[in-house]
Amino acid sequence: MNTISEKQHPVAFVQPASELMKMSRRQLLKRGAVIGGSFMVGGGFLAASSASWALEVKSLEPQVMATLVQMARDVYPHDRFGDELYAVAVKGHDDSAAEDKQYKAFIEDGVVSLDTAARERGQASYLQTGWESDRVAILKAMESEEFFQTVRGGLVVSLYNQEAVWAALGYEGSSFEHGGYIKRGFDDINWL
Amino acid sequence: MTAPFDVYDNSVVVIIGTGAGGGTLANELAQKGISVVALEAGGRHLPQDYLNNEWPSFSQLAWTDMRTTSGDWRVAKDFANLPAWIVKAVGGSTTHWAGASLRFQEHELRAKTEYGDVEGANLLDWPISLGELEPYYDKAEYKMGVTRTNGIPGLPGNNNFKVMKAGADKLGYKECHTGRMAINSQTRDNRAACQQLGFCFQGCKMGAKWSTAYTEIPSGEATGNLEVRENAHVLKVNHDDSGKVSGVVYQDLDGYQIEQKARVVCVAGNSIESPRILLNSASTQFPDGLANSSGQVGKNYMRHMTGSVYAAFDKPVHMYRGTTMAGIISDEAKHDPSRGFVGGYEMETLSLGIPFMAAFLNPGGWGREFTAAMDMYENMAGMWLVGEDMPQESNGVTLSDQKDQFDMPVANVHFDDHPNDIAMRNHAYQQGMAIFDSVGATQTYPTPPYPSTHNLGTLRMSAKADEGVVNGFGQSHDIANLFVSDGSQFTTGGAENPTLTIVSLAIRQAEYIENQMTEKSI
Repeated sequence: MNTISEKQHPVAFVQPASELMKMSRRQLLKRGAVIGGSFMVGGGFLAASSASWALEVKSLEPQVMATLVQMARDVYPHDRFGDELYAVAVKGHDDSAAEDKQYKAFIEDGVVSLDTAARERGQASYLQTGWESDRVAILKAMESEEFFQTVRGGLVVSLYNQEAVWAALGYEGSSFEHGGYIKRGFDDINWL
Repeated sequence: MTAPFDVYDNSVVVIIGTGAGGGTLANELAQKGISVVALEAGGRHLPQDYLNNEWPSFSQLAWTDMRTTSGDWRVAKDFANLPAWIVKAVGGSTTHWAGASLRFQEHELRAKTEYGDVEGANLLDWPISLGELEPYYDKAEYKMGVTRTNGIPGLPGNNNFKVMKAGADKLGYKECHTGRMAINSQTRDNRAACQQLGFCFQGCKMGAKWSTAYTEIPSGEATGNLEVRENAHVLKVNHDDSGKVSGVVYQDLDGYQIEQKARVVCVAGNSIESPRILLNSASTQFPDGLANSSGQVGKNYMRHMTGSVYAAFDKPVHMYRGTTMAGIISDEAKHDPSRGFVGGYEMETLSLGIPFMAAFLNPGGWGREFTAAMDMYENMAGMWLVGEDMPQESNGVTLSDQKDQFDMPVANVHFDDHPNDIAMRNHAYQQGMAIFDSVGATQTYPTPPYPSTHNLGTLRMSAKADEGVVNGFGQSHDIANLFVSDGSQFTTGGAENPTLTIVSLAIRQAEYIENQMTEKSI
C-alpha cells in the first residue's frame, strides 16, 4: 500500500524557522538593521522590524530575500496577511539556491532587475519604492519574463497552500477527522 | 484456472485500465467465470489512503506522465503538459469523480440526424439507440446506487446547492435538484452514507461514493477469476500473423518488460492513453497503428464544453462544506437551436478549496484583481457548466516527438474550440451569472475550462468501418478480439457526465464478449 504523508509533500508544509523566533527585538537588532519596507536584516537572517517573525536565510543575501517577500506581497496582495505568510511562501527559493548555484544566480539577477527598474524610476531600490502602484508597474513591465513567472508560479502553491492562509480566507481544510460537515454547518446558510 | 495467471496463458482476457470501463468490465467478466488479467498503470489507493488536501492528493492520484498539447484552447497555454486531470490508480477516474450519473438523451445518440450538418463538425449518429442502452442504464444505476433511482433518496442540499436552487427558482428553471448521484444517501452495499466531507475530488474517505476501486475490483477478485496487476504500465499491444491481437506488453515496477498473452484485449486507459497505446502498437502489418484502417484512431477528441462561474455575495456561503457536485439544473440540456447553438448543457454546483481556487480561478492572474476574488472565498458559490462539444476530426491524440520514461512517444492532445462550443459557453456563462445575480451576487467570475476531466471520442463507435474505430459493442471494426471499453468509444459527447454511460456500455460489452467467446468467434 502506497501511503504518502502530507508532510512529505514538498510544498504542502513549508516549515517556518526557527531559533530566531525566540529572540527579542533588541537581540535581533544587535545582529542587524532595519531596511526599507518593514524588514530587519542581519547576517543570515531576515525578520520583521517588529521582530514578530524571523527567518534564517542560508544562501541568498537577506536583502534579496526581503525583496522577494515584498515582491510576493505585490504579486498577491492580501492586506490582512502578515509578512510572515509571504516569507514562508518564498523561503523555498533560498532552499533551492543553496542546492543549485545556477538557480541562486537566476534569483539574484531577477532581484537586480527589480532594483534596476526601480532606479530607472528614480527610486533607490525596489524595496524602497514606497507606493504599491509604482512597484506593481515595475512588475507589470516584466510579467512575461522568466523571473516573474517563476516567482508567481511558485506562489500560487506556496502561498495558498499554507493553513494560516486558509484560516485567514475562511477555508476550514481537512474534514474527515472532524466527521465531515454533516453536523458542522454544511447547509446552514440562512440569508436566502 | 484461477488467479494469478501465467503470462503465457493465452486464454485470458486482458483489460488495460481499471476505471469506470475497465474495472466494471473486469468484474462483469469475472462474475461470468471468465479469466481476466487487468493491468493498471497506477497503484492501489483506498479510502484509508485518501487525503483531504488538494495538492498532496493530486500528487498521490493524478496522472502526471508527460503529455503535450496544441491548439487554441487555453489549457495548452496555462497547463501545457496537463491536458487532462485524470487518475492513475486502481479505480481510475472513478476515484476522483464527482458522482454525477446521468443518462444520455435519445436525440443525443442521433446527433448527426438531429443537429444536421454543422460546418467543421464531424458529427455522426451512434450505432446504438437509447432503447438498446436502457436495460443497461437500469443495471448500472442499481450497481452504483444512484440517488433518485431504485428507491434511493436524493442527497440533502448543501449551502452551495441552496444558492443555486434559489437562483433557479427566480429564473423559472424547473429541473433543479440535488442530482442523480452515485453517492450513498444511506448505508448501502456495505458502504457508509455520505458525511458531506467536501473532498469528493480527492477520493471519498467514507467510501460513500461509488468507485470501482472498492466495489467492482474486490468483487471480481473474490471470484478468483480476476487478477489485477498494479504498477503495470502498458506500452503496446502485440498481434499475430493473422492480424489478431495476441498479447499486451507492459513494464512493471522493477523495470522488466513483460508480455501477457491474451485471447481478447480490451483497452480502457481513458481517451488519451487508449489511442496512444494503439498508435504505439504500429507494426509492419499495421503501419498506422492497430484498429486504424479508417484513420480515426485518436481523432474526434471531445472534452465537453466546460467553464465555471463563481459568485461572491455580501454574506458567507461556505460552499466547500459538503459534496462538491451538490446539485444540478437540467433545463438547458435540451436541443434548442433558437439559443444560437446545437446541443445543450447542464449546470452543476462546484466548489474548490483555496489551493485549487488559486490555481484555477484565473490561471496566470495576479495582483489586486486576483486577490480581491480570493478574499471573498468564504462568501462564494460556484457552478460548473458542462455541455455537448462538437467532434472535430482535427481535434485529437497523435504521437509527439517527445518520449516518456519508457522511451515511448507521448501523446499530444490538439484541441480548438468549435464556434458552436464558444456560443454555448457564452450562453452558459450568461445564464450562470444570471442565476447568481438573481440571488444578490455582488460579483461574478467566469472561469475558463480546467484540464479536462471528461475525455471522450478518440476511438469512436460507428456503424460504418470507415467512419470510426469500433462497432456498437466497442469491438474494433478491424480486429475481432480487440475491444475499447472506456469513454474513447463515445461517438458524440452529449450534455451529460459520461461515467454512467461508460459503466452501462461495459455491462453490455461483457455480455457480448461472453457470447462471442462461447461461440468461439473470438
